[in-house]
Amino acid sequence: MVERDIVVIGSGPAGLCAAIEAAEAGAKVLIVDENAKPGGQLFKQIHKFFGSREHRAGVRGIDIGTLLLKQAEELNIEVWLNTEACGIFDQDKVWVVRDKHTSVTIHAKRIILATGANENAVNFPGWTLPGVMGAGAAQTMINIHRVLPGQKILMIGSGNVGVIVSYQLLQAGAQVKAVVEAAPQLGGYGVHTAKVRRAGVPFYTGHTVLEAKGTDHIESAVVVKLDAAWKPIAGTEFELDVDTICIAAGLTPAVELAFGAGCRSVNSPVLGGLVPWHDETMRTSLSSIYIAGDVSGVEEASTAMEEGRMAGLSAAQSLGYLQEKRYRTRFEAINHNLLALRSGMFGQKRRDAKKAIVAASKG
Amino acid sequence: MDTEKRLKTTGAASLTELHATKEYILPDERMQHPVAVIECIEAIPCNPCETACPVHAITVGSEITNLPVIDIEKCTGCGLCVAACPGLAIYLKQKNYTKDLSYIAFPFEYVPLPEVGQSVNMVDRFGLVVCEGTVIKVVKIKRFDRTAIIHASYPVEQYEHVVNMQRLARN
Amino acid sequence: MQRILDHPILGPLPEEEKVVIMVDGEPVEARKGEMIAAALIAAGKPYFRKTVKRHEPRSIFCGIGRCTDCVMTVNGIPNVRTCVTAVEDGMVIETQLGSGDWGGKR
Repeated sequence: MVERDIVVIGSGPAGLCAAIEAAEAGAKVLIVDENAKPGGQLFKQIHKFFGSREHRAGVRGIDIGTLLLKQAEELNIEVWLNTEACGIFDQDKVWVVRDKHTSVTIHAKRIILATGANENAVNFPGWTLPGVMGAGAAQTMINIHRVLPGQKILMIGSGNVGVIVSYQLLQAGAQVKAVVEAAPQLGGYGVHTAKVRRAGVPFYTGHTVLEAKGTDHIESAVVVKLDAAWKPIAGTEFELDVDTICIAAGLTPAVELAFGAGCRSVNSPVLGGLVPWHDETMRTSLSSIYIAGDVSGVEEASTAMEEGRMAGLSAAQSLGYLQEKRYRTRFEAINHNLLALRSGMFGQKRRDAKKAIVAASKG
Repeated sequence: MDTEKRLKTTGAASLTELHATKEYILPDERMQHPVAVIECIEAIPCNPCETACPVHAITVGSEITNLPVIDIEKCTGCGLCVAACPGLAIYLKQKNYTKDLSYIAFPFEYVPLPEVGQSVNMVDRFGLVVCEGTVIKVVKIKRFDRTAIIHASYPVEQYEHVVNMQRLARN
Repeated sequence: MQRILDHPILGPLPEEEKVVIMVDGEPVEARKGEMIAAALIAAGKPYFRKTVKRHEPRSIFCGIGRCTDCVMTVNGIPNVRTCVTAVEDGMVIETQLGSGDWGGKR
């Protein structure tokens, strides 16, 4: 059996930061990731991040990714790519399959789950047609694979993902025909909606997609106005000539490994549904398992990185790698960064939701 | 029609909304050079504009969700905040670049870039083409990190309405 | 649909060695190392598989290996996630019907 101090599952922003923070404290860290390349969804974030200097604000996600990989390399953090984590047993054994054929059990004193989240779908007649996809899928196609999934796009959802991907589709050379939002108000940051709007993209609040039409691929979309009870108003339908519908209707934490391991769950509707219970050090109800990033409640890459640092720091400290004073100082700094990101008109409700998770009983 | 709350329904702030904030400051004809105009009216956690400003003309403060406040008397019009703003919410403006023309320098992250001297369509906050403008300068330096800044002149009648230019067709 | 040849942030599309994959018997040019799904969408393939009962077309949905909507038969093996499987020169890719042909009675 392979033995390591800490095994981090997932090499996105949360996982990388967790590994870096733990390795900096002196722990022997292994990252496993099912993908052929590390970075998770960070390398498709080509926009400049918000926050302050401590959060690397103003730096593009892709460049933060490059920087984190360089740090991980300098710290000699071991990374197993093409490695699928299939299950966690006895709270400290991770069963992985490498390169789709070699089964390995890793004995880990601490496990940090940074498995991310999956995109939600919205179903309407025609939603299974080719050309209807997650907004994140379109973002992967354009920014990672450099292929336009379509020329004429309809975006469903005006949260930050919807508006950022709309902007990036424009940058990639597509036309964005409209952004529809079922709620009466747009969800994303005004600065994001403003740059999409001044590029000529109309926003339809209180509207949704009634139907996607097409045979082998989507050829058009029917949009309809909604009443106050979110019911379609007959006679308000109009058809848009689109070949792609992107769905940005939020994400759901990828909790399978955590719950399979036996971590207790808490429901947090604001943060995407059922999440593993965790305390402010990111420890779950199982004392050897920590979580970080979207799996602990869907937020954004900046918070995921800070949570990763918190999990890495706390896991390393629980193994005796840090002295109490150093741990305290670092804990306070990371906590300060998290609170800063969870403030203001958009952040406050995430802060409250996180508080509620921590306050829920450990079970 | 300029109704309330347009930012949250149409995607772009109306002039009524902007004028209702103390943070939106449009320099008038007395200003002799372009200065930064910030259209950041929601409390989001962000302060790179403050850190980018070499003359400390922009203040956010320790609570990074505070709205940025600019002292246009201090602003030298260097444009570092324009490129630093992750929301692309800052541009430089001067009302009377000449008697009839106003001046704008705005962030632009599309290809192709316009050329100096090129006539381009200037757009308002809603993406409507309101007039033509002439490109004066295209600044794309390493420090701006792939955000180009386009300097252009346009008719003074559209001084407040123009915020950017229409994207150019790809080859 | 189309490759993004120039990009304001990512720059011009880097040169890459070409490989040829066989898609339903037809040669399709792809960029070495790219995912099958990217190559097929760039080549304009409208759908990747058809469902078992109603023969409805499907293509990518999540694009990152989670949803399995984009699976195809690759080198004779059905249900390969094309969004996370890289092309190889000479790879044989087939539009999959239902859960695919496993080469025996099910």
